[in-house]
Amino acid sequence: MSNKSLQREVFPTRMAFILAAVGSAIGLGNIWRFPYVAFESGGGAFLIPYLIALLTAGIPILFFDYVLGHRSRSSAPMSFRVISKKFEPLGWFQTGVATVIAIYYAVIIGWALSYTMFSVTEAWGDDAGTFFEATYLHAGELSLGSAFSFVPGVLIPLIIVWVVVLGILFLGVQGGIARFSKIFIPVLVVLFLALVIRSLFLPGAVDGLNALFTPDFAALADPQVWVAAYGQIFFSLSIGFGIMITYAAYLRRRTNLTGSGLVVAFSNSSFEILAGVGVFAALGFMAHSAGTGVEDVAAGGVGLAFVGFPTLISQMPGGALFGVLFFLSLVFAGLSSLISIIQVPIQAVAEKLGISNRASLGIVGGGMAVVSLLSMPTATGLTVLDVVDAFANNIGIVGGALLSIILVVWAKRATPLLRDHLNAISSFRIGTVWTVCLAVITPIVLGFMLISQIIAFITEGYTGTSADAIGWIVLAVLAVAAAVFTFIPWPKASLDFTARAVEANDADTKKYPELYTPARMTGHDDTPGAAGTTDPQAAERRTEGDNR
Amino acid sequence: MTPEALIMMILALVIVWGGLVASLVHLKAHPDEGGTDDII
Repeated sequence: MSNKSLQREVFPTRMAFILAAVGSAIGLGNIWRFPYVAFESGGGAFLIPYLIALLTAGIPILFFDYVLGHRSRSSAPMSFRVISKKFEPLGWFQTGVATVIAIYYAVIIGWALSYTMFSVTEAWGDDAGTFFEATYLHAGELSLGSAFSFVPGVLIPLIIVWVVVLGILFLGVQGGIARFSKIFIPVLVVLFLALVIRSLFLPGAVDGLNALFTPDFAALADPQVWVAAYGQIFFSLSIGFGIMITYAAYLRRRTNLTGSGLVVAFSNSSFEILAGVGVFAALGFMAHSAGTGVEDVAAGGVGLAFVGFPTLISQMPGGALFGVLFFLSLVFAGLSSLISIIQVPIQAVAEKLGISNRASLGIVGGGMAVVSLLSMPTATGLTVLDVVDAFANNIGIVGGALLSIILVVWAKRATPLLRDHLNAISSFRIGTVWTVCLAVITPIVLGFMLISQIIAFITEGYTGTSADAIGWIVLAVLAVAAAVFTFIPWPKASLDFTARAVEANDADTKKYPELYTPARMTGHDDTPGAAGTTDPQAAERRTEGDNR
Repeated sequence: MTPEALIMMILALVIVWGGLVASLVHLKAHPDEGGTDDII
């Protein structure tokens, strides 16, 4: 097979990849989750566990995802398969989690799109809470009747979101994802900077900043504060559910993975800090107007964005412009994350079925759009979203990430191989510290988060109603789907491509003898002279867990 | 702002944004190698 037939799209430049990865990492959580988590978890003192979590878990897992995807130049299922055939279901589980998240994530961007328009006239009137749930969403109890009661005001923006996102993905990695990120990430930063500057000049802004940054060092003795810090870093960086594996697969053979990863990680955190300043300066103004304390108006998540912000926009001189800036920021941050999430199943199915990415986009992307359009813009959409979000994040992402470390790092002992690959092509060298963070610190924290969450869901439930069953059913379906997809045979073209990629990448690694350590993986066969061989049987072995 | 809140805000901005600037400078100092076999 010629090399040409094995070529796939790549990001045109390193900066294009960084912007796409930053766009993926910067999402709704940076704007509406971080400020409130920091405020609730020690204020300024939260900086300490947050930075420790960034350095000991966020960046190490980011590098781990990058190297898995880059070494195999393939999707999440294939990337795990080249470590061991038995690990393929894990890749499909992570792919399934991404699929589920995309289905509901799109509707939040649709809401933000609606609210960008609503901001112009401040359509929510005097009671933003009632407007959001009753007038806009028509939110109702979970019942079969309301499940098919469509809300046109939500359906139309959701259709627009899916058309835009699938259109971007149709243009491919270079023409779509890279070009979109190159334009809209700088636009997002400029919009948000304008919003932060406006917030800082509002009366009461200083009170908001005092509330956010005044340190409560006693909070550091609370283990939950540390879990909150690791959780924020973990959910914020788009790690653990196949996104960074997929994006790294589109990188050129010699790309500075760790150097790029550091830029992505610090960009994400820089935006979060900026969001904290902007959101709490605005909340300070809201408290000032209401004559209450900042703690009385502080909130996070959907409540902050679609109830809190509309309320303060109404109180603010020039609120319409502020509202447009805020909700457009949500739209751009959400879109750049959504395209990265959808690309995970598109790439995985394209490889598995041996079809083009565009064909896969039609089948997978189209299917996701249909499910999203049928399930989300209904009277029960808000409840379904809330439950699925809680289960997909707290069990799906955390469980998938924990399992990937247990299998790849502990069971297969692949860390030396992955570390050497990173070091052979990257400028920021990693060693024992990375291994300890990945093999010890991260699984302890993730394990604690997962077990405590499962216990809480079982004993107390999430909503405490029958709606919780939706979350468990989704997880069960993902587990079954992972097994079913694993049984579908891979086409020879996909196996050949990945085998050649692994062979070429491992040959690169061995060109640096001062860095290369024979990988001490289970069943590893480090035969001298094996690098660079084009023996088809040797290539096949590499996709079956014989990782040289 | 209160002095302690101001100090923590400045520390947060300097450390995180400083980390971003440092990582950008590091990346710029290490351009990627190219090559004919760049794409597999």
